[in-house]
Amino acid sequence: MAGTIEQRFGPYGGRYVPETLMPALQELEAAWSQARVDRSFQAQLSAQLSEFAGRPTPIYPARRLSEQLGWEVLLKREDLNHTGSHKLNNALGQVLLAQRMGKRRIIAETGAGQHGVATATACARCGLECVVYMGAEDVRRQRPNVQRMALLGARVVAVQAGARTLKEAVSAAIRDWVANVESTHYVIGSAVGPAPYPALVRDLQRVIGSEARAQVLERCGRLPGRVIACVGGGSNAIGIFSAFLEDAQVQLIGVEAGGEGLAGSRHGAPLTVRGRPGVLHGSLSAVLQDEEGQIREAHSVSAGLDYPGAGPEHAFLRDSGRARYVAVTDAQALAAFRKLCRLEGIIPALESAHALAWLADDAPPGELDLLCLSGRGDKDLAEVIALSEGAAGAAQGELEGR
Amino acid sequence: MSATTPQSGVARLAEAFAARRRPAALMPYVMGGFPTLADSLAIARACIEVGADVIELGVPYSDPLADGPVIQAAGARALAGGADLAGVLEVARAIAPEVPVVVMAYANMVLAPGAQRFLERLRIAGASGLIVPDLPLEESGRLRAIADALGIALVPLIAPTTPQRRLAQIAACARGFLYLVSVTGTTGERSLEELRYAELIAAARPHTQLPLALGFGIASAEHARAAVQAGAEGVVIGSRLVRAAEAAERPAEAVAEVLARIAEGLVR
Ligand SMILES: Cc1ncc(COP(=O)(O)O)c(C=O)c1O
Repeated sequence: MAGTIEQRFGPYGGRYVPETLMPALQELEAAWSQARVDRSFQAQLSAQLSEFAGRPTPIYPARRLSEQLGWEVLLKREDLNHTGSHKLNNALGQVLLAQRMGKRRIIAETGAGQHGVATATACARCGLECVVYMGAEDVRRQRPNVQRMALLGARVVAVQAGARTLKEAVSAAIRDWVANVESTHYVIGSAVGPAPYPALVRDLQRVIGSEARAQVLERCGRLPGRVIACVGGGSNAIGIFSAFLEDAQVQLIGVEAGGEGLAGSRHGAPLTVRGRPGVLHGSLSAVLQDEEGQIREAHSVSAGLDYPGAGPEHAFLRDSGRARYVAVTDAQALAAFRKLCRLEGIIPALESAHALAWLADDAPPGELDLLCLSGRGDKDLAEVIALSEGAAGAAQGELEGR
Repeated sequence: MSATTPQSGVARLAEAFAARRRPAALMPYVMGGFPTLADSLAIARACIEVGADVIELGVPYSDPLADGPVIQAAGARALAGGADLAGVLEVARAIAPEVPVVVMAYANMVLAPGAQRFLERLRIAGASGLIVPDLPLEESGRLRAIADALGIALVPLIAPTTPQRRLAQIAACARGFLYLVSVTGTTGERSLEELRYAELIAAARPHTQLPLALGFGIASAEHARAAVQAGAEGVVIGSRLVRAAEAAERPAEAVAEVLARIAEGLVR
């Protein structure tokens, strides 16, 4: 991992931020280029990942799902990581890095609440102040995570701007950082943002792919045919993909939020629809925007995928053909959510359910697939139950001729 | 250039600073399309009446990362009211014969049509300069080359966090004037104690002959006077004017009144 940190991935990435932040980004880049080759830092991080987060997470052969599909599927169990998702890998690493840089205050944004919980957890563990920005709509639909953050001692700020979801939460966090940059580190939650964040987050999430690659080789004696992950900003996907990039025979599939369908505008699939690249939150990448460059609101049933952008390295992998990006709808994800509960006794996060839905509904037959189960679905119960009660109510209404 | 070519934006800005009647140029910020497009034109005209030397004209944007709550909300309202680039450039076109106009637009709006086309549209509208608050030095080379060719001044920002060496690099690429962000933070009104005028001016002065304009947080005659005393050659007044427009039944009159009061502070 030595060497320089990527500023750009092909044409994508860069640093489109107010001047106020430029020195902090340069400082962060310098700090990470040292820390990532520093033995004592890496030892500290891997001790935390095993003792505190519970890594390595297992890979699990999903037997009944495999039977139904007709080929073998392995799940990388990031849902078993402490706090219930892959987000802690990044949060822990960045909080340790912030400590090393002498920052006392941590801010983060969150969509599903998983990154907020992970950051609040890492801050509690390290005794740092933590403020989490969350769209007011997400505060509503991910209530249990809001309560968890409060218990962990973080202050959650509900963001009222725009559609009151992840995009606005990131913007609010960046504005806080602009005002408090000297004391504060911004723990961005996905492989997005100005350089060096996309590379930093990828490096910290690469543990998913490194573990999984070794685990699959040990278990099966060969590499998977396909590696599948959901893509919001793209951190769990780039984390697992990055360990397989050199394995040309392994297909990499990123599954975006198709929302109500790609024909309309209510989705969160900028990579799949291949629009003109644009700047969002400090980097040039795939983004949903109108003719004039106004960023469009995304839509997804899953708060963690409800984002109009995607990490710049994904845009690059797409253009180069190394990875392929697809989308599934809200309805498909909800069905896959239920399917995994019943077939395997695992309640997945709605985000991860998108990757499952592609496999269940849209994938050409495979042989051996590895799927990143990025998180668990406890946080989604209320939302899923409310949505299916709505659907059941409508179905009931039909039966009764209403 | 042919004889019919209008004066370049760079030259117009230089002239406006040189001809200013106060110790620092009065540089109000007007959000295009806020509260309505017609209002924003009326506000700009009222600012000219009060004696604005340069007008900064904001293009409303969906994700204005350098802006605090007041300008954010104004931009959102302008967009909801249907404001677009063409409309804002109509405002520029209407006032440009009287005062140099510096357009403030976020990077994605500049990149969307392509930098060349964006700047050509600015030139056709008669704008003299452009500020892109989320396009730092490292990302701005191509845009500056095109702007130079078209005679539009690409005005860079300096922040309190900018170190000396970097300040020198930015100043070397500055056109029109150097915009000193007077607080570590987004746009918005600030108490006088929070502002670091003298420090910023002292840091920037050795690196450029261009006028130094202070902006972000300037909201009263006291602020303006402090800026003049610190050696500023221009003051940009933003959020305070937008707030005046927001609250008023007759936005142009309200803005003119507030601006006139602030202008009284521009004395030694
Ligand atoms: C469980 C889970 N998976 C995936 C995501 C999407 O993020 P990313 O694309 O960065 O992995 C989130 C985001 O909140 C999440 O909570």
